[in-house]
Amino acid sequence: MEKKATRYGYSEALIEMGATNKNIVVLDADLSRSTSSELFKKKFPERFFNVGIAEQNLLGLAAGLSLTGKIPFASTYSIFASGRAWEQLRTTICYSNLNVKIGGSHGGILTGPDGASHQALEEFALTRILPNLTVFVPCDFFEAKKATLAAAEMKGPVYIRLGREPVPVLTTPETKFISGEGLLMKEGQDVTIIACGSLVAESLQAALLLEKENIKARVINIHSLKPLDEKIIIQAARETKAIVTAEEHQIYGGLGSAVSEVVVKNYPVPLEMIGVNDTFGTSGAPEELMRFFHLKDIDIVAAAKKVLARKG
Amino acid sequence: MEIAQLKDQAKKIRQDIIKMLGAAGSGHPGGSLSATDLMTALFFNILRQQPQAPRWPGRDRFILSKGHCAPVLYACLAELGYFPLEQLLTLRKLGSCLQGHPSCQDLAGVEVSTGSLGMGLSVATGIALGAKLDQSDVRVYCLVGDGELQEGQIWEAAMSAGHYRLDNLCCIVDNNDLQIDGRIKDVMNVYPIVDKFKAFGWQTIEIEGHDFKQILEAYATAAKTKEKPTAIIARTVKGKGVSFMEDREEWHGKAPNKELTAQALKELE
Repeated sequence: MEKKATRYGYSEALIEMGATNKNIVVLDADLSRSTSSELFKKKFPERFFNVGIAEQNLLGLAAGLSLTGKIPFASTYSIFASGRAWEQLRTTICYSNLNVKIGGSHGGILTGPDGASHQALEEFALTRILPNLTVFVPCDFFEAKKATLAAAEMKGPVYIRLGREPVPVLTTPETKFISGEGLLMKEGQDVTIIACGSLVAESLQAALLLEKENIKARVINIHSLKPLDEKIIIQAARETKAIVTAEEHQIYGGLGSAVSEVVVKNYPVPLEMIGVNDTFGTSGAPEELMRFFHLKDIDIVAAAKKVLARKG
Repeated sequence: MEIAQLKDQAKKIRQDIIKMLGAAGSGHPGGSLSATDLMTALFFNILRQQPQAPRWPGRDRFILSKGHCAPVLYACLAELGYFPLEQLLTLRKLGSCLQGHPSCQDLAGVEVSTGSLGMGLSVATGIALGAKLDQSDVRVYCLVGDGELQEGQIWEAAMSAGHYRLDNLCCIVDNNDLQIDGRIKDVMNVYPIVDKFKAFGWQTIEIEGHDFKQILEAYATAAKTKEKPTAIIARTVKGKGVSFMEDREEWHGKAPNKELTAQALKELE
C-alpha cells in the first residue's frame, strides 16, 4: 500500500489555495522544513513568515493577521502548538473566536527517535476542551489535504493534527470529508473499532485479522474529533454493542474519552481503549514504538476479543 | 481636541472609571487611572475610527494588552459613543457586554480578547504585519503595563516587530512602577525598559504620561517614524487623580466602597 505523510497533504493544500486565494498566509517557528511549510514559502515568499523559535508569538501573530482578513496557517510541532502555546490558543484565539488555523505536525509516537519531548500524545485532550475550536485528525495524505482545505473554508479556529511518518493512503481524492461526520471505513456487526489518525490503518488491518476468526468488525474513522459525530457512534453502540477505540495519543482525554462520553450518555456498552497508557514516549524507530506501546493491529484484535467477551 | 479639552475629557473618564468600579464592587482602578491621560489623548485625538461603524476597515487599531484596565477602555468607548454611558454601570455583571477583561465577542470596539498578560503585543504586531501586506495606512497601538513586561511573550513580539520594521506599530508602556506585589524593581526588575526596546530595534520615546503636550508629541513622532516600531515609555502614577489611591499598590485590583467612591468623585470634580 502506498504511504505518504499527512504533513505533505497539509502543504499541498496550502500551495493549492495560495495560488487562488491571496489571503492565505503561512507562519512557522523555525521548523518549516520539518512541517513542510517551506514548500509554501518557495512559492509565495511574501506570504510566509518565519517567526523563529517563539511559539507563543507564532499564535499571537497569526491572531493579528486574522484580524486583517488573512487566513493564517500557523505551523509547528504539535506539542508546541497545543502545549507550549496552549493559553494563547485558548485566550487569544478561541475566546476571541479568531479565524486562525493551526497545523500541528509530528503528533504522536510515530515521531520516533526524537523521544518523549517531541512526541505529542496530549493534543486531543488539550484541544477538544476549547470552545469554538474545531479539531481534525486526518488518517492519511488525502484526508490531511482535505482537512486543510476545509479549515480555510470554515470561519473560526481549527487545529489539524499531522504526522511526520509516511502512513498508508486509505482514502482517495474523491472520498468525502465533512467536518463533524465520521467515515465508515468497513461494515461489520459484531464489534466497532473507532479510530483516528494513524490508527485507522491499524484498525482496518485488525478487522481483516478478526475476519479470519469469523468476527465482523465495523471500522469508523473519526477525522473530526471536534465536532464529534455522535450519531455514528451511538448507532455503532446500538448495532454492534461493543466498541474499541484506537488512537496515537494518551488514553486519558483523547478519542477514547470522547467516545466514552457519548456512549455512556446515550447507549452504554462495553468499551476498550487502545492508546498510550498514561506514560511518556521514548526514543526508538517509529514502527518499533508502535509495537512497544501496543498500538498495533494485533493489540486492537486483543482488545476486540476482550470487549466481545464482556459483551457476552 | 485642544489640551484644555483633553484635560476635561480625562477628568470625565476618571469619574466614569470610579463610578463603574464602585458599582461593580471589584476591578482594577490603579492602572486604569494611570493610563487615563495616555488613553484620552489616543482615543480623542489620534485614532481614526467611526464609533457608529466599529468594524470600519480603515480604522486604526487599539489593543489593550493589560486587559485588567478594561474600565479605562470602556470609558473611552462610551464617551465616544460606541455604546450608551449608562451601560458602564453594568461592568462585571452577568449578561453585560462589559466583561471583567475585554471580550471582543461581547463588545464592538474591542479588537481581541485580552486579560492574560503578555499576549496583546503579539496580536498588535500581527495586525501591523497584515496592514503592511495590504499596503494600508492603518496604524496599530498597543497599551502594555510595566509589570507585564516580565512576560516572555512581550519580548518575542518586540523582537518580531523590530525584525519586520513595523513603523505602523506603537507600543505604549504605562510605567506606573507598581505591580500587585509591590515595586517593579523589587518584584522582578524589568528596568532599563528603554534599553530593552532599543536593543530589539525600536525607536523609544520617554515622556511624562500625564503631560498632554508630551503625549501628543510622542504620538506624532511615532506616526512620522519610518522603518521602526515605536515604544512610548510613559512615566505615570498608579491611581492618578485620586489622592488615596495614588502610588499605592493595594489599589491595583480593589474597588472603592460607597464612601470612598463618593470621596474619589469629589476629588475628581
